[in-house]
Amino acid sequence: MKHLLSTHNLAREDAIAILDIAEDMAQFGHRDVKKLPALRGKTIVNLFYEDSTRTRISFEAAEKRLSADVINFSAKGSSVSKGESLKDTAQTLDAMGIDAVVVRHSSSGAPYLLAHSGWIDVPVINAGDGTHEHPTQALLDAFTMRKRIHGESSRGRGLDGVRVCIVGDILHSRVARSNIWLLATLGASVQVVAPATLVPGAIAQWPVTVTHSLDEALAGQPDVVMMLRIQSERMKDAYFPNPREYSSVWGLTAERYARLNQSTIIMHPGPMNRGLEISSEAADSPQSVILDQVSNGIFVRMAVLYTLLTGAKGELS
Amino acid sequence: MSATLLQQADMKRALTRIAHEILEGNKGASNLVLLGIPTRGVTLAHRIGAILSEIDPSVSVPVGSLDVTLYRDDLMNNPTRPTAETDVPVDIEGKTVVLVDDVLYSGRTVRAALDALTNLGRPAIVRLAVLVDRGHRELPIRADYVGKNVPSALGERINVTLAEIDGDDSVSIGEAVA
Repeated sequence: MKHLLSTHNLAREDAIAILDIAEDMAQFGHRDVKKLPALRGKTIVNLFYEDSTRTRISFEAAEKRLSADVINFSAKGSSVSKGESLKDTAQTLDAMGIDAVVVRHSSSGAPYLLAHSGWIDVPVINAGDGTHEHPTQALLDAFTMRKRIHGESSRGRGLDGVRVCIVGDILHSRVARSNIWLLATLGASVQVVAPATLVPGAIAQWPVTVTHSLDEALAGQPDVVMMLRIQSERMKDAYFPNPREYSSVWGLTAERYARLNQSTIIMHPGPMNRGLEISSEAADSPQSVILDQVSNGIFVRMAVLYTLLTGAKGELS
Repeated sequence: MSATLLQQADMKRALTRIAHEILEGNKGASNLVLLGIPTRGVTLAHRIGAILSEIDPSVSVPVGSLDVTLYRDDLMNNPTRPTAETDVPVDIEGKTVVLVDDVLYSGRTVRAALDALTNLGRPAIVRLAVLVDRGHRELPIRADYVGKNVPSALGERINVTLAEIDGDDSVSIGEAVA
C-alpha cells in the first residue's frame, strides 16, 4: 500500500492491520511523553485546499507525535490564490524534498490525480476530496465502533454482524461513502436513512439498504446510529423544505434518542449542528462516542502515517 | 538441518537460575519490575515472575510488556513492522526494571527498549535478562542474566519456541532459511 486514497479497494486484512496498529498507538496517548521517534527526519505537508479544523489539527497532532516535521499549507493566503495550479504546487513541493502529502480538496479525485500524475512521487493521503471519500474518517469510525463493542479484545477483529444506520445527507457526504465501503469490507451491514432528495442515484449499486423513514430504521434497534452533518455550504438547491422540518423528520431528537437501546452507539463526524441533525440530549449522552471519535482520529492517523511512511516498500509484513 | 539446544526441562532450569540471580543481584524482590519485549520476551517475563513467586510465595513482582517497534533504527529498511501491545502495570520511576527477551543478537532491540523506557520514566536501574545470547553484537550492550550462551555463525538461525505460543518449549539452531 503506497497511498490511502479511498476505502473502496482497501483489503480487509490491511484495514484490520491499520486498526490494530492504532490500538497500540492509543496506548501512548495517555502518557506524559506522547512523542515517538518512528518518523524522525520525515517531512509531511498538509495541503489543505478546503477549510478544516479538526481533520487538519488531528493530522498535525498525529504527525508531530511520530516526530515528523510538519508543513501546513492552506490555499487561502498562498500562491493558489494567485492562480497556481495543483500541478505546479505539487512539483514545487516535490522539489523541496518532502516525504508525504496529506491533501484535502473540494474537487473529488484531486488526491488520486496527485498520486498518479507523476508530478510527485511520495505517499498521498486523502483527507477528504469533494463528495468522494474521507478514508481516515471511516477508519477512525470503525476503530471507535470496534473499541466500544469489543473493548480489550478488539485486536484482529472486524465488525462482523454489526448493524449500522447512517442518517442524513448521503448525497454530499464523503464520510458516508468511505464508511459504507469500509463497513461492508469489515462485515457490518449498513442501512442508509435520508430524504429522497439527499440519496445519490447510484445507491442501488452500493452495499446498503435504503429507507426514508428514520423512525422505521430506529425501530429496528441498530447497534450504531451515525448522524451526518447537514452541509449547508454544499446545499445550492432546496433539498428539504426548511431546517425545522428536517430536524423533526430526520433529526435525532431528544424524543427519538429516548427510544434507543441503552447499548446503541451514537456517532457524528463533526462539526455538529446541534438542534438540526442531532439534539444535545443525544450528543451529550453516555452512548455518544463523538469525543472518542476525535481522540481516536489521532491514533488512527498515526497508524496510517506509520504504515505508509515506514518500510522499504511500504508494504505490511 | 537443525539441532536442539534446550528442551523443556533445560529451559525451566535456565529460567529458574535467572530468577535466583535476579533476586541475588537485587538483594530480594523489592522494587523489581519485569518488562518483556514482545512477543516471546513477554511470555518469558511472565514465567520468570511466576518462578519468583514460587521461590518466595510472599513475592508478587509486576510483569508487563514493552513494545519497541516504534523506537527501532531499521524501520526504513524492512517492510512495515506490525506494532505490539505495551502494557506497563506500574510507574517505573525509581524501580529496578529487568528487560526480558528471548534472543540477544545485534543489541539493536535492546537499544530501542532503552529509548522506550526513557519515555516512560526514569528507572533507578535497568537490567537485561535473555534466554539465549548468540553473540554478534553491533552495539556496546551486554546481558546481565543469560539462560544459555550459544556461539553461532552469522548465517545460522536460532529458533525459540514456547508452549504458550508455539505449543512446546525448545531452543534450536539451524541454517538460515532463505
